[in-house]
Amino acid sequence: MNKVKETGMKAVFLIAACASILAVALICVFLFANGIPAIAKIGPLKFLFGRTWKPSNNLYGIFPMIVASIYVTAGAIVVGVPIALFTSVFMARYCPKQIYKPLKSGIELMAGIPSIVYGYFGLVLIVPTIRSYLGGTGNSMLAAILLLGIMILPTIIGVTESAIRSVPESYYEGSLALGATKERSIFFVLLPAAKSGILAGVVLGIGRAIGETMAVIMVAGNQTWMPQGLLKGVRTMTANIVTEMGYASGLHREALIATGVVLFVFILIINLSLSLLNRRSENVA
Amino acid sequence: MLLNSTAVPAEAAAVGDKRNSVSLREQLKSYVRHPGSGLLALLTLLGALLTFGVLFFLIGYVLVRGIPYLTPELFSLEYTSENVSLMPSLINTLIMTAVSLVIAAPLGIFAAIYLVEYANKGSKFVKVVLLTAETLSGIPSIVYGLFGLLFFVTALHWGMCLLSGSLTMVIMILPLIMRTAQEALKAVPDSYREASFGLGAGKLRTIFSIVLPSAVPGILAGVILAIGRVIGETAALLYTAGTVAQVPGSLMGSGRTLALHMYVLSSEGLHTNQASATAVVILVFVLLINGLSSLIAGKVAKK
Repeated sequence: MNKVKETGMKAVFLIAACASILAVALICVFLFANGIPAIAKIGPLKFLFGRTWKPSNNLYGIFPMIVASIYVTAGAIVVGVPIALFTSVFMARYCPKQIYKPLKSGIELMAGIPSIVYGYFGLVLIVPTIRSYLGGTGNSMLAAILLLGIMILPTIIGVTESAIRSVPESYYEGSLALGATKERSIFFVLLPAAKSGILAGVVLGIGRAIGETMAVIMVAGNQTWMPQGLLKGVRTMTANIVTEMGYASGLHREALIATGVVLFVFILIINLSLSLLNRRSENVA
Repeated sequence: MLLNSTAVPAEAAAVGDKRNSVSLREQLKSYVRHPGSGLLALLTLLGALLTFGVLFFLIGYVLVRGIPYLTPELFSLEYTSENVSLMPSLINTLIMTAVSLVIAAPLGIFAAIYLVEYANKGSKFVKVVLLTAETLSGIPSIVYGLFGLLFFVTALHWGMCLLSGSLTMVIMILPLIMRTAQEALKAVPDSYREASFGLGAGKLRTIFSIVLPSAVPGILAGVILAIGRVIGETAALLYTAGTVAQVPGSLMGSGRTLALHMYVLSSEGLHTNQASATAVVILVFVLLINGLSSLIAGKVAKK
């Protein structure tokens, strides 16, 4: 009786462990099975590199959105990475012990604030500010970049801080002993040694930025043209799916799913490079 | 410094502290000698100030803007286009969180038990499970939403309903719960298990009455974080749970959660004040959840 229970429960645990494999398999199968036919119907080149998205005229080119996603993500990295890097140096090396804990929970809180709240913040503050100081409607690529730059901060800070902390203390002490200042030791000895960890943080930030949906929709304007400048609106791949999925049908709906497939492939590539990076940093350490 | 030295028990530590510490004056002098270092220190400080400044500003701004609109009729039980009540969405959020947790928590914890207690460390199977969990946690919520729409809503013919939304959430929070539970189980010392086996307990009994109870705080911290993800989720629920502003009669009915409610309000543009108030409610939830989670995590660290 006991034996049966033991093996029975072991089987239950095994099945539970398979759940995540099953989930990934199901997601891949359903996305690809629904998206690939649409890409084939539209023509892969026309779909990926077509510059016009006009479902009413049967024109499904998502090139503007791919470019917009890349621009917005790159912009967010340019804005967010330096700030995140300096903040994580502060957290790992400068922060007084007494305020470390509250600040650390602050970073965790920042990661926990839902994207809809960030989007709302962008909508009621960043967009009007851009409108009144820089002109245009305010719903622009710049607004999306600034907002995403803020949103990826906690992700990058978390990873980068632990990467800096994992560098052996002797590196730092050795550099000090050679007469380097504290800053020189941190920025020219510790950071290079933590390089692959920092890079992993940045890649994680890229993944978060490119996949962000609600916050971007609320501030980016969502025009389907090619990106025309920082103050003009853009539509990212994620925004394309959400804005039109509600009323789309037929090939239009399939084209939106295909947009999701392209996004998914982007994410898979990012994940892959992330695990390669992590493996490399493990080998070094 | 003086205050500190009374707190540090060993005198030697205080002396060492003093020897290594540099007075502010000397530090500034050294920055004058090395302007590059001074600049880097300044940038570091500015970066940190910017990060935390933005965080506090964001929270303050959302609270200040939303609190004046927290009126009693916003919390009336029935949603009408006049009162724009958030109560039904709040109830839907609670239902959805409960349903997702009831499924995801056992699944994630059982999976972690298998990985830590049964599987051979470093076996192919463990690697695959961890890789898929990592993949899952990198997938953006809109892709989960698409999958939920294709699988639960369309292929299984459930339509947009709380159950479709909850199951989509289950897949989304599963890796989070599994990974934290795995870490918590790993942290239980092997001597506990050996002692239990030594007393004649079976493997199953050891797991449920010795290992799991001592791993509860760590597991709980992960579960609470998962609750936060469900409460804040929008993109994955828009086309799986739908946006009906009522509490449905059953799990097979459509109903919007708080975050969805807020999205609908602010995209319609008619009820921005109510959207602001909803933002406050969501933010309070998130603050509570994060506080609770770090409280529990702090307890774990102390142990």
